[in-house]
Amino acid sequence: MTPILSVRGLTQRYGTGCRECLSLTGARRESNRCPRCGSIVACREVSFDLFPGEVLGIVGESGSGKSTVVRLLHFDEEPLAGDYRLAVADAAGTGGGNLFALSPFARRRIRNEHMGIVYQNPRLGLRMKVSAGGNIAERLLLAGWRHVGRIRERASALLQQTEVPLPRMDEPPRNFSGGMQQRVQIAKALSTRPAVLLLDEVTTGLDVSVQAKVLDLIRSLQRELGIAMLVVSHDLGVIRLLTSRTIVMRHGEIIEEGLSDQILEDPQQPYTQLLVNSVL
Amino acid sequence: MKPIRPRRGSTLLPDGWRRALEGEGARYSWAFLDESAKREIRRRVLKAIAIPGCQVPFGSREMPIARGWGTGGLQLTLVLVGPGDVLKVIDQGSDDSVNAVNIKKFVRRVTGVATTTDTRQATLIQTRHRIPEEPLEAGQVLIFQVPIPEPLRLVEPSERETRRMHAEADYSRMWLYLYEDIVRYGEITVGARYPVMVNGRYLMDPSPIPRWDLPRLDRAENLFLFCAGREKRIYAVPPHTAVEPLSFEDFAFRVERFAGRRCRRCGSEASFLDEMIDDATGLRRWVCSDTSFCEKRRPGAPPPPAGGTPGDAR
Repeated sequence: MTPILSVRGLTQRYGTGCRECLSLTGARRESNRCPRCGSIVACREVSFDLFPGEVLGIVGESGSGKSTVVRLLHFDEEPLAGDYRLAVADAAGTGGGNLFALSPFARRRIRNEHMGIVYQNPRLGLRMKVSAGGNIAERLLLAGWRHVGRIRERASALLQQTEVPLPRMDEPPRNFSGGMQQRVQIAKALSTRPAVLLLDEVTTGLDVSVQAKVLDLIRSLQRELGIAMLVVSHDLGVIRLLTSRTIVMRHGEIIEEGLSDQILEDPQQPYTQLLVNSVL
Repeated sequence: MKPIRPRRGSTLLPDGWRRALEGEGARYSWAFLDESAKREIRRRVLKAIAIPGCQVPFGSREMPIARGWGTGGLQLTLVLVGPGDVLKVIDQGSDDSVNAVNIKKFVRRVTGVATTTDTRQATLIQTRHRIPEEPLEAGQVLIFQVPIPEPLRLVEPSERETRRMHAEADYSRMWLYLYEDIVRYGEITVGARYPVMVNGRYLMDPSPIPRWDLPRLDRAENLFLFCAGREKRIYAVPPHTAVEPLSFEDFAFRVERFAGRRCRRCGSEASFLDEMIDDATGLRRWVCSDTSFCEKRRPGAPPPPAGGTPGDAR
């Protein structure tokens, strides 16, 4: 089976940088900060594949680089190095090449048409002053939809799917509760039927019952739509519930990967063992 | 070039200006601006024409009127005017408003060119917020005074961000604004400054002209130039360039409707009307916004030229 998303050698560094940055940092050096120049190597040589319909988890402590990976995959920032391919029908004339080499314009199109993202903080993913329907419409408008009636039809179908009460469609999300904002974000992410959905700490900051509802929604959407998902979380419960395969990151590096059950039941690396045993 | 002798006796000019313009041996540059300034601004105009709808920055000069009173339009007028030109200046369609009259006087003083109120005779028309009702011909140039050249300013305060949006043709925010307008009010409520796409590429602010005037920008015979003196931007719509107002398939763009009202002075039903309220009686009257068009149509005036009035087809 060919992967729908494949990443090779993804590296990102913040700071001035020096020649020894990469050799002086990483899991073996127990740090992601270069002792020579003080730069932070947020992720280094990250490579993985995501297969169609699969849910892949990325787990790790704060500062391990998991959110950086998601931001890079969503083109929110420029990587230092890396090769990124999406196997989608029409990758806007990319010819299956490295997406990082594309112009910002082409990248934005691919992002809009083939990717969806749900951030931990709804403020990043939603325009708080624009109505919930408008938030969904924004992606459709960028994709070239120019019929208000059809846009509203699609938006209300999505909001229904994500269990946002339809009478509140024309209200701005700042009037909504945290869980509802998160559901609007999910509806927005799904609006252009993306091939890949990126979920960055979706349930962090929600209370337990709302967490359960959001996770339930994501699981049922995954079952219905068969969409490939990348789930980033530090919460092992979320990883256990949603994912089939998991990557463990530390100091910007992948230190372990395998089936989620295997990682959670029989962790090989000392760090992963610590992580699994720290769950209350 | 013959040195110009401005008329004497103005009491409104500050001493410095009067000395420069009227004193013995007055030698102000022809058309006020120095030659290097004219050259620079002309180069910017050429660039603006080459990239229709794209805002080109330029070094806006200090003018003897305040920023925000048409310094952009005035600079373009002074840069483009030649001895054979005939100048018309309008302010919201009116030839007789204080601002229009003063700009006309100033240009005449520093160049000596002829001025007119007749749209057909003018070669150069400086305008604030209107396009004349009579169709313009090839060779005529319409110069707009622009307060805010950035159409995306409405949705994005950051200049860096709006430039990125123009560079990547990312206009979804503007579309979203119009969508929200429709959701809230059932129609697009933008009156003046209605955003338009120029040549299918750049989103452009047509300056605060009413929607009525927008169809006249599309594939016109003449050149349109826009200049914002305070914001230091020049942009252009060359002849025969497609200019399309943003609109949805099910919410089409439409111009103002006057519900069968006609001009009280000339009886026109096919021109943009201003509403006048009589302070004493509270009576509402509607008159043409374009005064020279209205004057031509009044009884006793010479008959309007053949070819129909603009707006008939719409």
